[in-house]
Amino acid sequence: MPSSLTIADVERIAALAHLELTADEKALFTRQLADILAYAEQVQAVDTSGVPATAHVLGEPTEREDEPRASLPRDEALANAPDAAVEAGLFRVPRVIG
Amino acid sequence: MLDSGARAIREAIAAGQVSAVEVCRAVLARLDAVNPSLNAFNLIAAERALARAAAVDRKRAAAEPLGPLAGVPVALKDNLCVRGMRTTASSRILDRFVPPYDATVVQRIEAADAVIVGKTNCDEFAMGSSNENSAYGPVRNPWATARTPGGSSGGSAAAVAARCVPLALGSDTGGSIRQPAAFCGVVGMKPTYGRVSRYGLIAFASSLDQIGPISRTAADAALALTVLAGVDPADATSSRQAVPDFAAALTGDIRSLRVGVPRAFVSEGVEEGVRRAFAAALDAIEGAGATLVDIELPHARYAIPVYYLVATAEASSNLARYDGVRYGYRSSADLDQGLRPMYCRTRDEGFGAEVKRRIMLGTYVLSAGYYDAFYLKAQQVRTLLRHDYQQAFEKADVVATPTSPIPPFLLGEKTADPLQMYLADVFTVSAPLAGLPAISVPCGFTGERLPVGLQLTGRMFDESTILRVADAYERVTDWHTQRPPL
Repeated sequence: MPSSLTIADVERIAALAHLELTADEKALFTRQLADILAYAEQVQAVDTSGVPATAHVLGEPTEREDEPRASLPRDEALANAPDAAVEAGLFRVPRVIG
Repeated sequence: MLDSGARAIREAIAAGQVSAVEVCRAVLARLDAVNPSLNAFNLIAAERALARAAAVDRKRAAAEPLGPLAGVPVALKDNLCVRGMRTTASSRILDRFVPPYDATVVQRIEAADAVIVGKTNCDEFAMGSSNENSAYGPVRNPWATARTPGGSSGGSAAAVAARCVPLALGSDTGGSIRQPAAFCGVVGMKPTYGRVSRYGLIAFASSLDQIGPISRTAADAALALTVLAGVDPADATSSRQAVPDFAAALTGDIRSLRVGVPRAFVSEGVEEGVRRAFAAALDAIEGAGATLVDIELPHARYAIPVYYLVATAEASSNLARYDGVRYGYRSSADLDQGLRPMYCRTRDEGFGAEVKRRIMLGTYVLSAGYYDAFYLKAQQVRTLLRHDYQQAFEKADVVATPTSPIPPFLLGEKTADPLQMYLADVFTVSAPLAGLPAISVPCGFTGERLPVGLQLTGRMFDESTILRVADAYERVTDWHTQRPPL
C-alpha cells in the first residue's frame, strides 16, 4: 500500500512509464507519491456499490463513418523529427536489432 | 485603446476610428514595456500579427464584411497549435516544435478576423496552479510581481490583466483558466465539456480538457465563446448542441434566477479576505434581484483526490507519445545502447519534475493491483459528484463559490509540497469532473490588494445563464474595471 511505497515500487513504475529517474528523483518521488496516495486513499471510504464509473461526461454518440481522408504530407510529418531520414521518408532511431 | 475590451476595439476599427495596424502596434509597444517584468509570453509574433492586422484594414477599405473579432488582438496559451508558429506547452521536450496544422480554435478566431499576437507562458503541459512549472520560468502577477499569476494559463491571465491584450485563450482541466483569472483580477471561462473543439490543443487529460476565453468582461467572454463554440469533425467529443449568440443572454435581469451556495463546502479553509469578498459578492447578486438558496454537494470534498487520480491517469497515457522519435527533444546520450534507453533518457531530460510526478502517479493508479482501488473508484465517485450537481440544479440555476480559497501566493511558497499546491484547487476541480461550464469574475480584493474571484457554475450547455449572472454582477460592481499598478 502507498504508506509503504518503496524505492523499488518507484523504480517499477518508472520502468512502466519509460522514465529513467536519477537517484535524487527516486528518493523525492517515493516520499511525495506516498503523501499524495495516502491523501487520495480517502476515496476508498465512499460507498460506491452499484455506482457506474464515469469515463467521460458526454451523452452523445461519438462515432463517425470510417472514410479515408487527407493526411499530412510526408515531408511535413517528418519536419519536427529529431532525426529524420528525409529522402527515405523515415524516422531514424537507435539500433534495435544487434 | 488598450483599456478597451474586444467588442469596443472591433467597433472602433469597423467605424474607422482606429486601424487594426494601429491597435496591433499599440499592443506590441505595450508588450515591449511590460513583458520583460511579467514573462507572460513565450513568443511574440510581431510580423505575422502586423500582416494579419493589415489584411483586416484592407478588408475594411474594400468594404468587405468584417468578422466578429475583426482586428482584436488575441494571445494564445502556448499549448494551442498554430501552423508554422513554435508551440511548446512550456516544455523542454517540445522546445523546437513547429506545428504543421492549426488548432480548430485558431482557425475559428482567424476566420473571425482576430489578430494573434503571440503564445503565452503556462505550466508545462498545463500541469500546475502557479505557472512555476514552466521550462521558461514563472509568469509574474501584474498586481504583485513577487506573486504567482495562478496556473496553468498564467501568461494568458497576466496578459489580459496588464492590458497587453483584451482577449486571450487558455485551457482548463482542473481550473487552469478560472484560477489564474481570479488571481489576476480578470474574467475566465471554462465552457461545457464538448462545447469547444479540442483539436490542436496539446492533450493533458482528455475527458477534462476544455479551451476557453480570458477577458476583462463577461460580455467579451460571451463574444469569444460564440466564435469558439461548435461541433468539429476533427474532435469526436465536440458537441452537436446548437450554439446560441451568447451575448444575447446578457439582459442584466437576474430576478428570476436562483443562485445556490454550498454553505458547508465553502465554510472550511477559505482565507479571511476571500471569505469577505465572496460574502459581499453574494449580497450584491441578491441585491441585483437573484434569490440565494442553500444547496449541498456532499461529494465535493472528494473532488481533489478524484481529480488527481483521473487527470494523472489520463496524462500518463497522453504523454506516452513523447518518445524522441517523431517530434520534440531527443537525448543525445546513450544512443548506441538501443531504443528503450533512448526513450527513458529523453523523457527524463525533456520533462520537468511536476510532469514526471504526474506521469508516475497516473501510471501507478492504472497499474495492476491498484486500478480498482484508485482509478475505478475515482471514476465511481466522479459519478456521485455529477449526481450531486444534478440535484443541486433542481433547486438552483447557478452554483456560487469562491474560485480559489486563497489569494495569489508568493512564488516559491508552495513548490516544496505538491500536495499543498493540489489542495488549493478545491473549488475548481469539480466543474470539469462533472463536465459543467464555470466562470470566474473579479469580486474584490484582500486587505493586501490581491484580487479575489467569484466562481459561477452552470448546467450542462447553459453557459448563457452563468454569463448573464456574471454580467449582471459587473453592472453593479466595478472590480472588473480596476487596473493593476504595472
